[in-house]
Amino acid sequence: MFMLEKAIGGGRRYWIWIFSLLAVIGWGFSFYLRQFSYGLGITGLSRNITWGVYIGQFTFLVGVAASAVMVVLPYYLHNHKEFSRMAILGEFLAISSVTMCMLFIFVDMGQPTRVLNVMLYPTLHSMMFWDMVSLGGYLALNAVIALVTLNAERKGVAPPGWIKPIIVLSIPWAISIHTVTAFLYSGLPGRPFWLTAILAPRFLASAFASGPALLILLCMLLRKLTGYDVGSKAIKGLAVIVTYAMIANVFFLLMEMFTSFYSQIPSLVEHFQNMYTGMDGGSSPLLSWGRSSLVLMAVALFLLLIPRVRGNSRTLAVACAITFLSLWIDKGVCLVVCGFMPSPLGIMTSYVPTLAELSIAAAVWAIGALMITGFYKIALAVREDAFVIPTADTITPSPVAK
Amino acid sequence: MKISRKDFLRLSGLSLLAVVGKKAIGALAGKGAQSAAALPAVRVTTRWAMVIDPAKCLKEEGCTKCISACHKAHNVPTINDPRHEVKWIWKEPFENAFASQESAYTEAALQGKPVMVFCNHCDNPPCVRVCPTQATWKREDGIVMMDWHRCIGCRYCMAACPYGSRSFNWFDPRPYISELNPDYPTRTKGVVEKCTFCEERLAKGQAPLCVEACPEKALVFGNLADPKSEVRRLLDARFSIRRKPELGTHPEVFYLV
Repeated sequence: MFMLEKAIGGGRRYWIWIFSLLAVIGWGFSFYLRQFSYGLGITGLSRNITWGVYIGQFTFLVGVAASAVMVVLPYYLHNHKEFSRMAILGEFLAISSVTMCMLFIFVDMGQPTRVLNVMLYPTLHSMMFWDMVSLGGYLALNAVIALVTLNAERKGVAPPGWIKPIIVLSIPWAISIHTVTAFLYSGLPGRPFWLTAILAPRFLASAFASGPALLILLCMLLRKLTGYDVGSKAIKGLAVIVTYAMIANVFFLLMEMFTSFYSQIPSLVEHFQNMYTGMDGGSSPLLSWGRSSLVLMAVALFLLLIPRVRGNSRTLAVACAITFLSLWIDKGVCLVVCGFMPSPLGIMTSYVPTLAELSIAAAVWAIGALMITGFYKIALAVREDAFVIPTADTITPSPVAK
Repeated sequence: MKISRKDFLRLSGLSLLAVVGKKAIGALAGKGAQSAAALPAVRVTTRWAMVIDPAKCLKEEGCTKCISACHKAHNVPTINDPRHEVKWIWKEPFENAFASQESAYTEAALQGKPVMVFCNHCDNPPCVRVCPTQATWKREDGIVMMDWHRCIGCRYCMAACPYGSRSFNWFDPRPYISELNPDYPTRTKGVVEKCTFCEERLAKGQAPLCVEACPEKALVFGNLADPKSEVRRLLDARFSIRRKPELGTHPEVFYLV
């Protein structure tokens, strides 16, 4: 069922990888059991820093999930055939990322057994309700799309026609998941760091840089490990997307910095001081994180802007890794925590995640990695067994529009 | 009549959509906003509020009578670690409570001096707006209430509150309650809690405990909707400030200057 059998079977290296992931998951799960019985007090979170690693990872991964649209949109809407071997990989990355997002929300809850209250008492004025709707919908859309297109491919037939409108729907839906995630933050009156209309655009820009950067790295890894080649044209195309998105992201960040540093409104500027310049006469717990993210962003952008660097697969891999790392620090580490530093009462609390918290987070990442591994294994197996030799024309539904 | 599996699935899908759709339309039509805006004809007859006179409060230095009365009655745990503490009413230095209103030349009577703070029971509460389960809501008399059995512990309300008035139970609070009040519920781990303006006492016609416990009568509680109430009389007679009025939350806790 669901072609799952294709994920079972592989060489020694494959099983070592699978069991290492399972070990990380088991290790993290044991900590989660402790958190479940003791409470969130086993994390580094506190009265003033109420969200941390979990919600940071959630926010970052919504971006990775949404970024699948950067493959789906050119491929299905613009008939960009180079992406034919990549589209399914993007969709599976999205499915795995959304699952991780949901798990991160779940492990962050103080009363996880009451999670269904969100559906029992649907609250339209809460952005968290809409986030649940959009994430759940996005997961369903991508699961259906991936399953149907892959199944059709396995049988060597064209996918059914009804899948096309669903694919088209998944495009604005991808934008919506990250927009709503930004709205979680940007509508809070007492948190000036997040209270900015550019948060959603910035989220999308950083998502469309970090997600495709990860996808490029995954494709390169696949080529090395399995010989499955998405094609250098596809990689190059995606690298251009990463570059543009990174430019937009850095531009938006500079806009933010200008507004806060030039206006010198204390409630705006202090968060940016915490991250980039240091607070006057106070502690700046995020200074090294913020600065390293800035430096890495600058290096990544510099590398990406040079066509020769983008063209060479080894240097491109380096540029993508730096892009991903810089944005992970920016969004997964700093963005959430910095909003709480200082607190609305002006108190600067530092936040150090505990071993338990990091182990649980690692376990969720490992679950995502396990899913990606399994999905990619299935996708590759289907392509190897396909009755028709996969080419851009036979394995894909005809594009929706030109 | 025989229904095929496909038809059955289609029918059940449609019914589900209809149910969800009806619910969504009902909620969009303003079931959620039962405030005065939805019922313009109905006059609000009760709007509970608090007026604090910080100068009176400072008369007896180190006094914590209101805090202990409140915390004891409401089974608020005493956790000394500031990272995990739970508090309903507490002292905050003036420059923290009124962050945008202090200056290097703030009168000496206020500088560094503690001010009593608790939930502002905002007229337009952001915490209520963000709560995904309506575990916190605004009553018609203005009290921002909590349902500790519905709260899922997402702490979105804590991110939304501009006053840091909400506390989370990072672990089971019961071992930290020195003297249990059997007449009031305790909380479990993983839920948010805060001041409720002693709604359990208001229901019996009694004033909040902090008001009763204050030896200087620095806290005055009353009905803002009643022009003859003491809170209205005080606000008419003296200049008052509120915490972060620029955010549009309309706090119903006033500080006399």
